[in-house]
Amino acid sequence: MLDTKRDTPPPAAGRAGMKKELPEHFKDYRHVWVFIELERGQVHPVSFELLGEGRKLADKLGVELAGVVLGPPGEATWHAVAEAFAYGADLAYIVEAPLLADYRNEPFTKAMTDLVETYKPEVLLLGATTLGRDLAGSVATTLLTGLTADCTELDVDADGSLAATRPTFGGSLLCTIYTLNCRPQMATVRPRVMAMPERMNKPVGRVIQHEVPMVEEEIVTKALGFLSDGQSSNANLAYADVVVAGGLGLGAAENLKLVKNLARVIGAEYGCSRPLVQKGWMPADRQIGQTGKTIRPKLYIAAGISGAIQHRVGVGGADLIVAINTDPNAPIFDFAHLGVVTDAIRFLPSLTEVFTHRLSPHSRDKLAN
Amino acid sequence: MHILICIKQVPDSAQIRVHPVTNTIMRQGVPTIINPYDLFALEEALRLRDCHGGEVTVLTMGPPMAEDALRKALTYGADRAVLLTDRYFAGSDTLATSFALSQAIAKIGETFGAPDIVFTGKQTIDGDTAQVGPGIAKRLDLLQLTYVAKIVSIDLDAREITVERRSEGGTQTLMTKLPCLITMLEGTNEIRRGSLDDALRAARSQIVKWNAADAGIEDLTKCGLRGSPTVVKRVFAPTARAEKAEQIDTTEKTSRDLAEELIAGIFSRQPALEDELAFDGDD
Repeated sequence: MLDTKRDTPPPAAGRAGMKKELPEHFKDYRHVWVFIELERGQVHPVSFELLGEGRKLADKLGVELAGVVLGPPGEATWHAVAEAFAYGADLAYIVEAPLLADYRNEPFTKAMTDLVETYKPEVLLLGATTLGRDLAGSVATTLLTGLTADCTELDVDADGSLAATRPTFGGSLLCTIYTLNCRPQMATVRPRVMAMPERMNKPVGRVIQHEVPMVEEEIVTKALGFLSDGQSSNANLAYADVVVAGGLGLGAAENLKLVKNLARVIGAEYGCSRPLVQKGWMPADRQIGQTGKTIRPKLYIAAGISGAIQHRVGVGGADLIVAINTDPNAPIFDFAHLGVVTDAIRFLPSLTEVFTHRLSPHSRDKLAN
Repeated sequence: MHILICIKQVPDSAQIRVHPVTNTIMRQGVPTIINPYDLFALEEALRLRDCHGGEVTVLTMGPPMAEDALRKALTYGADRAVLLTDRYFAGSDTLATSFALSQAIAKIGETFGAPDIVFTGKQTIDGDTAQVGPGIAKRLDLLQLTYVAKIVSIDLDAREITVERRSEGGTQTLMTKLPCLITMLEGTNEIRRGSLDDALRAARSQIVKWNAADAGIEDLTKCGLRGSPTVVKRVFAPTARAEKAEQIDTTEKTSRDLAEELIAGIFSRQPALEDELAFDGDD
């Protein structure tokens, strides 16, 4: 957002205060849609998290919740439809075409905009993944509607408008954004920001199959190959149950092994705060925070991390946050549950050792006896 | 080839402070920088020019002071800088921003030659939306390549480009046609040190300054606050958690004692964890 003359975006003034009525041709836009992100046969879990949020919005609005599945003909695509129902969708729109096998911007944008123009949803939610962000920007610009990125809270206003709240200025402030005079109201949400809803065991719903006239010859961009991250993947970080992370308090890149050792012993994923990525100590996809990964583990251990707001935004959903820092006034102690004021470099080896002892099968047997 | 790169001048976000009472950004004295993500795109643009010949034009939209960011880009070796500045652009959201920038890019094309590639950074550090790049691509009908980690090859005769693009679970190789828009992933290169020649040239360079009319924008209702479908209705500070962390007393304790106490604290709060934590080290 460009703000040339103000220090902050405007408060409830301008058009938002005018309560301008929705243009007539947008009034028949109804229902809440969630884009079900299907890539290489797998549904990204963020789609289920969005269905959970979408369900709440649809219930408040008294409308239906639909999943949108774009994919190649075949089992995986229909499995995605069944999963959408299992996570709360009332119906699913499906576009099946061979050219939707690999994600490419052109055919996906065409299929999505065609669906929106035909069936007219009032809300369209997408995951803020590399795929979802690539698609959302194109779709919103084609439809000339509003798109709010990386929302942390979605709600419905008294007059039925989507109130999309997102961090701004690196998480120092939150702002609530409306799309008043255009439809659909579009928003993206990052993985793990919303809780995973219960999976239900009655995957039934209506299916609307939609044809989009597209031929491969008209699609300029060609997908030549895909190299999976495979086992070395750090995609698990966002969805890990236990995470250990290090910050500048570790002092030197070599001390990151203390974090990795602890992570190995307790079966955790490891990560870091932003300064370590900026120093080149860890790759960017291990970064936890507003501009990195959002995590919601059962246990999060932060070693030598001061807890800047941008980090806090990414870990707020953890069940239990343990902070280790030499500075008793570090902001991390404002949102951690358990704190130890000590030097992480000296403390981590002891913590690793005691965990090793406590978790080894041998000592468990002894405890059982 | 003609390569165009869009940059943004942003406050150095690490130094942003929020006024505790008024909840406004205290920007006085906060230095501005070129959005760090844009530097990866700028370096890639300069490398392509060095390799294939041609020119790099750098474009920004912002207040008059954004000229500083353009001049900095010139010191790295960009050939030409265009500043799009007009009070009509104030309050633009991403849709209005992509409109103004795409109009300016079309005008740059008419004036200095159509760009073969338009670069942007992955996103900005103040807005963090990653929407303006795709918006420009759509409005100019450019093929869109986002999160590009590597430009594998460019065939200027066939007008073809092959790139590696970061996707969620791996790396996708895509081939498309020029002209295209590329948003560059971070960490893919390192911005060069500008030469002394470039520094001298940057200091002397005349920066092209366009207002809306100069950029050929006739419909001002598509600009600024009026052209923005999104409206910021409320700005507020995140609520603090009610209580602070429970501190484990560290006085006169060995690291080992502390560790025992911390682990006991963890398991008393989350008893299920004791069975879930997997020991997979060497016994």
